Amino acid sequence: MKKSTKILHTGNEVDPVTGAVSYPIYQVSTFHQDGLENDGAYEYSRSANPTRNTLENILTKLENGYRAFAFASGMATISSIFLLFSPGDHLLVTSDVYGGTYRALTGLFQRLGIETTFIDTTIPENIERNIKDNTRAIYLESPSNPLLKITNIRQTVQLAQTYNLLTIMDNTFMTPYFQRPLELGIDIVIHSATKYLGGHSDLIIGAACVNCENLASRIKFLQNTFGAIAAPQDCWLLMRGIKTLKVRMEQHQESARALAAWLNEHSYVNEVYYPSLIQNPGHQIHQEQADGDGGIISFRLQSSTKARNMLENVRIPVLATSLGAVESIITYPCTMSHDSIPIDIREQMGIGEDLVRLSVGLEAPEDLIADLEQALK
Amino acid sequence: MELDTLAANMGVGYDCKGSISVPIYQTATFQHPALNESTGFDYSRSGNPTRLVLEKGIAALENGNIGLAYPSGMSAITNVFMFLGYNSHLIMTEDIYGGTYRLLNEILNQYHIEATYVDTTNLQEITNAIQEDTAAIFIESPTNPLLKVCDLKAIAQIAHQNNILLIVDNTFLTPYLQNPLQLGADIVIHSASKYLGGHNDLIAGLVAVKDQEIGDKLYFWQNSTGSILSPHESWLLLRGIKTLGIRMEKQQQNAVSLARWLQNHPQVTRVYYPGLPDNPGYLLNLKQARGYGAMISFEVRTPELIPRFLEHIELISFAESLGGIETLVTFPYTQTHGDINEETRNSLGINNRLLRLSIGIEDQKDLIQDMEVALS
Repeated sequence: MKKSTKILHTGNEVDPVTGAVSYPIYQVSTFHQDGLENDGAYEYSRSANPTRNTLENILTKLENGYRAFAFASGMATISSIFLLFSPGDHLLVTSDVYGGTYRALTGLFQRLGIETTFIDTTIPENIERNIKDNTRAIYLESPSNPLLKITNIRQTVQLAQTYNLLTIMDNTFMTPYFQRPLELGIDIVIHSATKYLGGHSDLIIGAACVNCENLASRIKFLQNTFGAIAAPQDCWLLMRGIKTLKVRMEQHQESARALAAWLNEHSYVNEVYYPSLIQNPGHQIHQEQADGDGGIISFRLQSSTKARNMLENVRIPVLATSLGAVESIITYPCTMSHDSIPIDIREQMGIGEDLVRLSVGLEAPEDLIADLEQALK
Repeated sequence: MELDTLAANMGVGYDCKGSISVPIYQTATFQHPALNESTGFDYSRSGNPTRLVLEKGIAALENGNIGLAYPSGMSAITNVFMFLGYNSHLIMTEDIYGGTYRLLNEILNQYHIEATYVDTTNLQEITNAIQEDTAAIFIESPTNPLLKVCDLKAIAQIAHQNNILLIVDNTFLTPYLQNPLQLGADIVIHSASKYLGGHNDLIAGLVAVKDQEIGDKLYFWQNSTGSILSPHESWLLLRGIKTLGIRMEKQQQNAVSLARWLQNHPQVTRVYYPGLPDNPGYLLNLKQARGYGAMISFEVRTPELIPRFLEHIELISFAESLGGIETLVTFPYTQTHGDINEETRNSLGINNRLLRLSIGIEDQKDLIQDMEVALS
């Protein structure tokens, strides 16, 4: 079955009782029990809810995994997954990781005794050199946020297997439509489903999908006990968003390619970061592990003043923190998405005041180009 | 302002178009008016207008200054425990909700957050359990499922003399009947899925605190771990809270009648309800609360009566939860408290003859008739 068909026909979308083609929203906390013997039926919505389960089944199919779990936010997902680790454990994490993940690791999990080293995972020797006796996992973003750096997933998985490490990957930028990390050997894939999977800037939700029973039962336990679950209405909205994932992703990508090429030629733009651009050192690797480039572009202007001027003058893209939506969103990473990272570390990562991130929406690319053109003047 | 007035008017006047009901801000992000300017809302995980009305609302109802809304009661509890930090010790009510027990014994223990379980109706037991690293005392009053009443004021005093925080789970009585922050508690927690929501139709957790510094730290945890309540559930919860007073009154009225009826039933050997004058916590509860709530636990003569009862109830639903308008019955031994080891359960009195009732707003004659049939 082609990806685009699979998105719509995972076998979970129709209500088996009534035949309703849109799955019901089970807005309920608890379920009547027939007797003392619980035969795996629903009990309490924190533990399992039919709408959430249906969404989780769909996500499992899309990521080609063993089981998926829906959480109250992308960060709730990431935090729940980090609870797999114990004090004394050490993690290796992509250096230009999302600011919120950085904050959770350095501000919270460090206090619980979990240690993190942030490294450039695009260089395999770099990963190997930083593995310690207590290293338990490698956490990746590829492409990374916001610099769209590419990590070789297969190679990293191989290395992780040699050292018996768990591999976790944030697949928010690509979605399963363009990249399926579990097929490449990753153990746990994470999504801020607020972004492309939802696609409409209208909900906050996260998801994780795993490749085996053992991880599934551990995460199921954490989801239920930590209780950071996604609400039924949001699960339903996410299923609704996923139905148009293919058409949206194709259009995001087509427009992003046009914009990346245009920006690349613009005299005020110093550097453009987009996976398929020839100057991206990982473009070849990316092509081997993903089916597309997605809709996020970052670019560096000649000066921070030029960057700020542009952000003040754009009319079509919304100046906001988020991405992956039908409307274009423009972000100033140094004060918005990555402001939770201390300035010296942020600068070191290359997230300076000249950098702008653009999430290309579904507007006509000609209009977006014209708008950026006037804003850059 | 009285609680009924506060609750009914929660969110009124918030919307700039004059909508009496707060809009559901089903949005992920907010447009910045200009670079480095904010409307006060940037990203819904960090702050959402619908959630904010609810959070301010619970703070007002509990006489606190800061409120926080979580995707479940367990999420609220986990955030509070994690805020206490690595290497801290807790003193807990011994017949605590099974989910909290599981959290402490199977997840938080690995982060060296350890708990001592004591009978918190006994002040000496609390004092004896205090260690150098004790960070908090966590109590439920009345407790779940045995409805034991703990002296909140006296425990707050012990806590503060020892530089320890007092955390109270106020799910059973709600701010309508009891205000732990006024009695000296530092943090109040709710499984808002229960009475505050009141309709068995949502899962949510709430926290209220007085102290700004504690509030700020809890907010940092909520935002960083992304443990937030969605706009739709926030709105439903606000809607539920508006009828809290009238629901609680009716549920309590029904519960008093049913507790008395159960007490006189030949198949019933024991009734736990703080509204019965012969309950050991009756007077203490009256001193610190404005009512007894609508949770009743009772013990039947033999374990064989349990499956028979559960099979024969028609009106009452056998389901895990409480606080809704529909009457529910729970078998704590395997349902809510199944995660606690058997020996402990039995020694606490959570045995295979115990049932817990959450009394709803049905007509009490129908409820009595349903139980009469099921107990015969």
